[in-house]
Amino acid sequence: MKYFYLVWKSIWRKKVRTILTVLSVLVAFLLYGLLSAFNQAFRGGVDIANASRLVTIDKISLINPVPASYQQKIRAVPGVKQVAMSNWFGGYYQDKKAQFAQFPVNPETYLEVYPELILPDDQKEKWFSTRDSAIVGRDLVNIYGWKIGDRIPIHSEIWTNESGSQVWDFEIAGIFDTDDPRGSTALMLFHYKYFDEGRAFAKGNVGWYVVTIDDPGRAAEIANAIDTQFANSPNQTKTSTEAAFAESFLKQFGNIALIVRLILTAVFFTILLVAGNTMAQSVRERLSELAVLKTLGFVNGGVMGIVLAESILVMLLGGLIGLGSAWLLLVMLAKQTAAVLPGLMLSNEALVTGVLLMVLAGIVAGVFPALRAMRLTIVEALART
Amino acid sequence: MSGDLVVLRDISRTYQKGKERVEVLHKLNLTIAECDFLALMGPSGSGKTTLLNLLGGLDKPTSGTVEVGGEALHSMSSGALSKWRARHVGFIFQFYNLLPVLTAQKNVELPLLLTNLGSKERAKRAATALSIVGLEDRAKHYPRELSGGQEQRVAIARAIVSDPTLLLCDEPTGDLDRETADEILALLQALNRDHNKTIVMVTHDAISADYATHTLHLDKGTLAAEATA
Repeated sequence: MKYFYLVWKSIWRKKVRTILTVLSVLVAFLLYGLLSAFNQAFRGGVDIANASRLVTIDKISLINPVPASYQQKIRAVPGVKQVAMSNWFGGYYQDKKAQFAQFPVNPETYLEVYPELILPDDQKEKWFSTRDSAIVGRDLVNIYGWKIGDRIPIHSEIWTNESGSQVWDFEIAGIFDTDDPRGSTALMLFHYKYFDEGRAFAKGNVGWYVVTIDDPGRAAEIANAIDTQFANSPNQTKTSTEAAFAESFLKQFGNIALIVRLILTAVFFTILLVAGNTMAQSVRERLSELAVLKTLGFVNGGVMGIVLAESILVMLLGGLIGLGSAWLLLVMLAKQTAAVLPGLMLSNEALVTGVLLMVLAGIVAGVFPALRAMRLTIVEALART
Repeated sequence: MSGDLVVLRDISRTYQKGKERVEVLHKLNLTIAECDFLALMGPSGSGKTTLLNLLGGLDKPTSGTVEVGGEALHSMSSGALSKWRARHVGFIFQFYNLLPVLTAQKNVELPLLLTNLGSKERAKRAATALSIVGLEDRAKHYPRELSGGQEQRVAIARAIVSDPTLLLCDEPTGDLDRETADEILALLQALNRDHNKTIVMVTHDAISADYATHTLHLDKGTLAAEATA
């Protein structure tokens, strides 16, 4: 630590140059923070997927429905513990642009296959027993300010009810949370029966099934058994693990992880050039000063360490401000996007990786100037002054 | 009577310049007594600075032996020489060579970073060194805020702060006007006389050499003559 003052003062030798370098590092890590958070939010479903859950959809496409009658048949497959059905509702509340997920489900079985959803018993009972009731996640309550007992109209862009309206009324019976901090509660769940009886078309179908199994090690075998059962039916199925399903769903948007990685690689490569150039210039300009340090008794490795420390410090300075700015922006953005892109946040993993990247980039950018400083011959360097 | 601090035997130093070998010092023998103030004079290229570099462990002879305070510098590793310099030698350069980003106080503290002293003790010793050179009121000033003479005083404070045995000065007044040069030379004289520092000073200037107790003349890599003040 006693050398920190020397390192700190040295990086501010050319203020404008250092500020510009710090700013470029800042922008790089701001981008890193934002893109990491978006990537993680998109991958949220994959990361929190439960190994004991399978998802069964139509073999051709998720858009095609599968018969509701499949529920009992799937339930009968050996190794299957429970089966919940679900369907895309495609609705919004008041503002068409502010869409969020709503699923008609079998309340009891749905809560069994998603034990991470936490709903107080009295609210559970109320939901189970009230046909047009719904439960809403805490994230939605925070956005819309709903409370238990409120009646809310949800406008579906897909489903017309038998009265010819696309507006469906629900009474809020409960508010659920989740015990998985990575999970989202920007979700509304209501009775499949209320939905199926009320809709004007496509009755008796569901969008997908969520299946819990007793042994994750037999997932492939059980998935195969489910699909084999419907192999010769008009509605063939495709069953995969929840993680594989989430992954394939994500791929519809493109390979986001790859895009993020490519952007960040380009950004960091540029940053290495910028910071490397700054450090090289900085060392070139003060060869005599570094020689003086050696004259005073600083060993070669010590002088190299000082130059490397300068490089790492510049990276940390820009990087930490960049990551801090990304965190602040994400906190603000997360409130706006909680319903459509839940889980938009800078994870601890991304933060730690970010700091490690800063140190690594500092070392890479500074290593050649530092080696030059280390190899500097005092007599030659002083002879130039 | 003081003993010998520096003993140089059959020192030669040869540099390779392209295909040509240039012998800067040729079989030079020299002893410098403790508490001596020696001026080294001679024309450009006579080997004065090379000799100073060898005395300070900044360079190694091609042949011959260099002993300072009983330690054989010619056989020391680069790391050992660095540590030896930190303990035993103070350097004073023509162009001061202060770090422009540090205040006078922090420049003087630099050699003490290599010791185990705490920050308060470092600051205290630097303040003492600055007071010896008469610059205690300029401690917070940066080199750009000081005159040439003041900068050289700070450089002298930096050279003496770790209480070295030997001070090596390479044209310490070469960049100063006469009046300021005399002040600096008087200061060096006082350090030699009052603080028992052994000083070796390279200079072109005969007036400066008069402040020393001995003057040696170098010519073409060999000692030409000796004069005593």
